[in-house]
Amino acid sequence: MSAINLKVNGKVHAVDVDPTTPLLYVLSDDLALNGPKFGCGLGQCGACTVIVKGQAIRSCITPVKSVEGAEITTLEGLGTIEKPHPLQQAFIEEQATQCGFCINGVIMTAKAFLDKNPKATEQEIQQAMSGVLCRCFTHVRMLRAIYLYREGRFRDGRARDAAARAGRTREEAAK
Amino acid sequence: MSKHSEVLPKPTLTDDAAAALGRAGFSRRSFLVGAGALIVSFSMKGALQTAAAQGPFEGGTAGSPPLNQLDSWIAIAADGGVTAFTGKAELGQGISTAQIQLVAEELCVPFHRVNLTYCDTAITPDQGITSGSQSHPTNFNQKNLAQAAATAREALFELASKRLSVPADQLIAADGVISAKSDPSKKVGYGELVGGKKFEIKLDPNVKRKPASEWTVLGTPARRPDLPALVTGQFEFVHNVRLPGMLHGRVVRPPVVGATVVNVDESSVQGLPGAVKVVVKKNFVGVVAEKPWQAIQAASKLKVTWSAGTGLPSHADFYNYLRTQQPTRDTLLVSSKDVDEKLAQAATVLKATYYYPNQMHGSMGTSCAVADVQGDKATLYSPTQGVWPVRGSASILLGLKPENVHVIFRRGSGCYGLNAADTVTYDAALLSQALGKPVRVQLTRKEEMAWGENYGFAFVMDERAGLDAQGNIVSWDHESWSANLGNRPGYTTPGNVITGTLAGFSPEPFMARSPAPEPRAYTNNSNGVPSYVAGNVGGKAQGSGTVKSERSLTHNIPSPLFTAPLRSPARLQNTFAHECFMDELAARAKADPVAFRLRHLSDERLIDVVKEAAALANWEARPSPKPQSRRTGIASGRGFSCVAYEGENGWAAMVAEVEVNQDTGKVAVKRIFFSNDSGPISNPDGLRNQIEGGALQGMSRAMLEEVTWDDQKVTSVDWESYHTLPLGFDVPEIKVKLINRPDENATGAGETAITLVAAAIGNAIFDATGARIRQVPFTPERVKAALSQTLSRV
Repeated sequence: MSAINLKVNGKVHAVDVDPTTPLLYVLSDDLALNGPKFGCGLGQCGACTVIVKGQAIRSCITPVKSVEGAEITTLEGLGTIEKPHPLQQAFIEEQATQCGFCINGVIMTAKAFLDKNPKATEQEIQQAMSGVLCRCFTHVRMLRAIYLYREGRFRDGRARDAAARAGRTREEAAK
Repeated sequence: MSKHSEVLPKPTLTDDAAAALGRAGFSRRSFLVGAGALIVSFSMKGALQTAAAQGPFEGGTAGSPPLNQLDSWIAIAADGGVTAFTGKAELGQGISTAQIQLVAEELCVPFHRVNLTYCDTAITPDQGITSGSQSHPTNFNQKNLAQAAATAREALFELASKRLSVPADQLIAADGVISAKSDPSKKVGYGELVGGKKFEIKLDPNVKRKPASEWTVLGTPARRPDLPALVTGQFEFVHNVRLPGMLHGRVVRPPVVGATVVNVDESSVQGLPGAVKVVVKKNFVGVVAEKPWQAIQAASKLKVTWSAGTGLPSHADFYNYLRTQQPTRDTLLVSSKDVDEKLAQAATVLKATYYYPNQMHGSMGTSCAVADVQGDKATLYSPTQGVWPVRGSASILLGLKPENVHVIFRRGSGCYGLNAADTVTYDAALLSQALGKPVRVQLTRKEEMAWGENYGFAFVMDERAGLDAQGNIVSWDHESWSANLGNRPGYTTPGNVITGTLAGFSPEPFMARSPAPEPRAYTNNSNGVPSYVAGNVGGKAQGSGTVKSERSLTHNIPSPLFTAPLRSPARLQNTFAHECFMDELAARAKADPVAFRLRHLSDERLIDVVKEAAALANWEARPSPKPQSRRTGIASGRGFSCVAYEGENGWAAMVAEVEVNQDTGKVAVKRIFFSNDSGPISNPDGLRNQIEGGALQGMSRAMLEEVTWDDQKVTSVDWESYHTLPLGFDVPEIKVKLINRPDENATGAGETAITLVAAAIGNAIFDATGARIRQVPFTPERVKAALSQTLSRV
């Protein structure tokens, strides 16, 4: 055990843990955060993703000591229920969730990627999301939410405008 | 979603249960705790009480709030807020949103005024398992929650009539206020009428439901109330339940199937950080430590000597194994006893065999539970699909009285059937019982996949049918082989899942039976009967098709691996075979696959979805395969499939458009079209979400997923060895046509789409290339093998 200073969502926490502990366990257990999730412990699914220094990383395979002092952002750090981040708002608007267990990995991976590549094409976004899993297969809605966020439809965190609503889905035409 | 701010002495309500009752208008201090059974009562004649206090049992299992009592379902608070209690859990499928809509609609209150409390054995009625496309039919037709909400509305109208001295038929309700139609100033709110008091009446079986023509909440696309918390990381999954003094447990499973504990060397973990404790119960082994990482390390360091395993049949030869094991348990679904005779007279006879592998639920998150077992009382936080059944089975596992086991549902990762939810609940319960402290257990990925869940069923299916000279089907014979071990534990069988067996309980026994008895009543619950036959049992045709000469015979054998329902269990496998074979028959008859289906269908709702899906896809009427397709490069094609789910629990049809790379065998699904009829549509957006997810989950299962094993153990143990379609693949365009039938009964909606996908894709591959693929998953190797067979035939 050793004392480690972690900077998470703008706050510094001193934790006393085995320095080889994967970051995820410290976030979930010591800091009681619900955003990052244990999906595989192998870096294969994305459920544990957090953003460190602008980079989406898999916290289930990252020793806590290696991110000491670095700025760590979790899903909780993006927005709140009252004031969601525009990307989170996009997922609400598109109702882009089923069980919701994967949502942390989906949103955090997309956020880190689009921060660096704000004009990414749909194909580039798909490529960026290719290491993220959703076993409810809510893919259609999730990708749509990410595309709409990229288009700036939710810049102020409010509901999408009428144009976005009108252009909503191909399937609507089938109604 | 709420955090545990305090822990009450047991036995008592959890904070959440207390909060739910609080929202219903009752204070926490009004709960009295009795000896033995938990007795909830209210100083002001409260809304709920358990069996111990209420006389004869009239619904659900013993201990459950009685299903025929209104107070088991609905409570109105002093402020007029409505709390509804249901036994159908939100697993991610969106049923809680639809249930809120239902209650809001029948009670004439806004959506946000309804609080839904589900699946807590201290307060919600026993509705068994949330599964099998049963929640919509169970709670939205003339019974249970729907009937309760309508009964409550009628009762409120009667009370208002007396209070306002206005005849009930002269009253109108809106936003929780009842007023006189002629004089809106004469009004009274629900809270004033019953707030905080019990209704003390039974559900009225003849109560008038609000007609769909008057719906304003039901039938509209309601937003899910859980999403804001989910997307901001505030939602509390079972994984996030944190109890004061909670320890962290890990299980240590056998290295190979059938191995038993010879010795556990506790000294191997002595002195490790975290005050490690070792727990052994027969072949169940686990460790507990103060922190999760400490428990993980202790579990990996614990030296356990195991016996040799019992071995597994060859995976490569497993379909032959299924077909040849004796004895079997045989079931005849239909038998006109003239199949051999009719086939002998047929102009053409076709035979084909289809193969479907064991597949996983493969939940995104590994399963987790938190248990607090102290003395003779247990509180279990579980992601189970059935809190009341787990209350029963866990009480047997723990040797406690069922009334002393309190099971509280907390959402887990989406399960799609019996994943490791129940088994991990037992894991946590056993560890907690051994230590007398609260213990959280989450499985590793490998444990989830190899030692946690019960797999979906593998099937071998023989199809045989005859055509007359005009290309009409004259006889259809279906025979299948599948294997089972364990099942859902139900109320009494903890051995049906892995942990129960390790702890010394037995799975439900295999009961051989051959030959099969004659069918007595028609059921197509498993979709073992093809849609195109008459389904004649007892002199009455009850199937959805026209072919009178019919047989459907199933053989079941013991499985080497644990199995249980996985989304569309048996229905998907059977439909894959039936719908591909129907396509083979159409091709032999040189008929358009859609027209050929319609020619042999009698069920109007199935006919309608077939026509709607074809119209949606701009289906071009012509036989398959597509003429003049080249045998190299990319070939495109379309395939059709349809089903009357479980015979009469949802109707759907699908078109898949694919591109097959004939050089690599890779299949890309470009567009998918669905038509769906689940009766009255409760939440169109929720239904679309289920269909979209079902389409892609069906694609993943059709093209990638298969449980694998060597001669000793399962080898598909992570996402490298068990494949799934990631978020980034080239997602097909999905178009959905929802057919609304407001005057029909509500039917299942969560499994219709997934049932159709493998067949439609298989048929599309045939249309594109002329190659018939009869084994799931459609890997590039199998597609190439099928293509080379086609070439050799040419």
